[in-house]
Amino acid sequence: MQKLTLTVINEVGLHARPAALFVEAAGKYAADIQVRNLTSDSDWVDAKSILSVLTLGVEQDHQIELSIEGDDEAQAAEALRKLIEANFAPA
Amino acid sequence: MTHKNLIIKGIPASPGIALGPAFIIEKEELQIERYQIEDAAAELGRLDGALQTALTQIEALRVKAEQETGPEEAAIFEAHALILRDPALIKAVREIVEGQAINLEAAWQESVEHFAQQMEALEDEYFRARAADVRDVGERVLRLLLNKTTEGAHSLPGPCIVVAKDLTPSDTVNLDKTLVLGFCTAEGGPTSHTAILAKALGLPAVVGVGKRVLALTEDTMLILDGEAGEVTVDPDQASYDAGMKRQTQAAERSAQEKDAAQQPAVTRDGHPIEVVANIGSADEAALALEYGAEGVGLLRTEFLYLDRKVAPSEEQQFQVYTAIMEVMEERPVVVRTLDVGGDKELPYLDLGVEANPFLGWRAIRMCLDRPDFFKTQLRALLRVSPGHDLRIMFPMVATLEEVQQAKQLISEAQAELDAQGQEVGDYQLGIMVEVPSVAVLADQFARQVNFFSIGTNDLTQYTFAADRTNEKLAHLADACHPAILRQIERVIQAAHKEDTWVGLCGELAGDPDAVPILLGLGLDEFSMAPASIPRAKAIIRGWSLPEAQKLAAEALTLDSGRAVRELVRASGK
Repeated sequence: MQKLTLTVINEVGLHARPAALFVEAAGKYAADIQVRNLTSDSDWVDAKSILSVLTLGVEQDHQIELSIEGDDEAQAAEALRKLIEANFAPA
Repeated sequence: MTHKNLIIKGIPASPGIALGPAFIIEKEELQIERYQIEDAAAELGRLDGALQTALTQIEALRVKAEQETGPEEAAIFEAHALILRDPALIKAVREIVEGQAINLEAAWQESVEHFAQQMEALEDEYFRARAADVRDVGERVLRLLLNKTTEGAHSLPGPCIVVAKDLTPSDTVNLDKTLVLGFCTAEGGPTSHTAILAKALGLPAVVGVGKRVLALTEDTMLILDGEAGEVTVDPDQASYDAGMKRQTQAAERSAQEKDAAQQPAVTRDGHPIEVVANIGSADEAALALEYGAEGVGLLRTEFLYLDRKVAPSEEQQFQVYTAIMEVMEERPVVVRTLDVGGDKELPYLDLGVEANPFLGWRAIRMCLDRPDFFKTQLRALLRVSPGHDLRIMFPMVATLEEVQQAKQLISEAQAELDAQGQEVGDYQLGIMVEVPSVAVLADQFARQVNFFSIGTNDLTQYTFAADRTNEKLAHLADACHPAILRQIERVIQAAHKEDTWVGLCGELAGDPDAVPILLGLGLDEFSMAPASIPRAKAIIRGWSLPEAQKLAAEALTLDSGRAVRELVRASGK
């Protein structure tokens, strides 16, 4: 299992387009990917669900925690980390 | 409704004036029955087909939106497609159908509502507004499940003002935009879909006007004023003619004025007057330049502090200020330090609930009591001073002690930066003149600061002791009243004796009636909403200083705001 904590630096947080990009990226992997908003101490939700990710209410500078489990967990962790750290710039 | 000339107030959502017949979009409320089923697998089998069809529809809408309105509108439908493929939504539906043996329509509706309500419970307005998207998608699928015709195929009879409870992207994408004159909705706020769409199309919109408009008969004539946020129902001939005239004039004028807005505002006798913008975010800085702003006369910094759980750090603020300064290049930027009080809820500040937040512990009063918190903002500001024309302004100052304390904190912030080896450049210090005590002692304050900026919205409400958000007191909210104009005159006179310059950043600065008077009173800087700049510059160009001075002197002798406005309008310019 991979666990990682990331800070969302994007100005609008995990809104609209960034949220969609995040969910689409998570959806490419077979691994089970759970995410929660550390800053608001939310529950874990499915990172492949746009509705669930939006309900986390992730705003700029919030920290999110990811928990990834499955065969391709290392690749998934790397891809999501890059996406967030590059501020959703296309790879 | 048969009230001739009834004026309904709403929220201005997109500027412009439209006149035309109402077209009411009524949506049939779907009746969802909830019942027990036996074969859960067969029930769920119906879902795939509906989802597939919905995805096909949405893709077609996305293409149409992209072509007709642009990528922003198209992105909404991309999000809709993502919602349809949402595993958590499908899982919730499955659990209800399989676990409780409930029919698919009811299960779908409950699941969609579950997520929509969760979104509505979030703090940020953006997330709350997205609940409408979830319901929009939900309804599309329900209609397919119930074999109801898909919504949105409203064929407009001709040019009309679209009236609805609220409009979703699915409602608007199929409207023939070339026939829409404007939008009027019973519900919705300034960030609702209707507002965003109307701005993108350059059409006027008034939202949140209340249910009364839904009771209008089709084809009722309406005047929609997207600036005032008003709808006139069934106008009489005089109102109609007046509206028509305003519409034509507004269109011609705004085209000409916008063309000329990039030129400086020089009076007929050759005095250049500084016209700058009031902005409240980084995005607006670029917009301000488009409208011809020569700088920023008021940067409200509240946006950095709202909708968050922890205070913004020095570094975060520094980055935002830097971004704005870079857009403005060498132009002056007046930054107002944090102006919040008990009317706002900031979880990290514990401002408390007050009976009168506008007379309460707010703005500089609160910041001086929280020196560490305040100095974070001051350090971030001082750090952007090198290479830029920074002017720091304190809001809601009432006494000289407050100015001295604020200056003391600035010195401390500067010393802290020095100790870290951070460079600090030149900057100016100023205060808002919005509490009458400052207008009275303006000579004393003028010796303490580089500039004043008169906040006429608050100065007016404090002078008349009238809450400016109270509709019943609207007659006590006119800043053109000589009681306000005389204070402005005193402030300018006192300031100029001390070589202190004076700006004005209330709505009065962009008020066409007030511009020539303020010019005559000797105001140095006019700061206003970006969209008001082209008009104000055009007005300034029509006056010479002696003419304006004569007008102002006469205005000061009048006894009401109305009389002042009549005087200016009678001048025929």
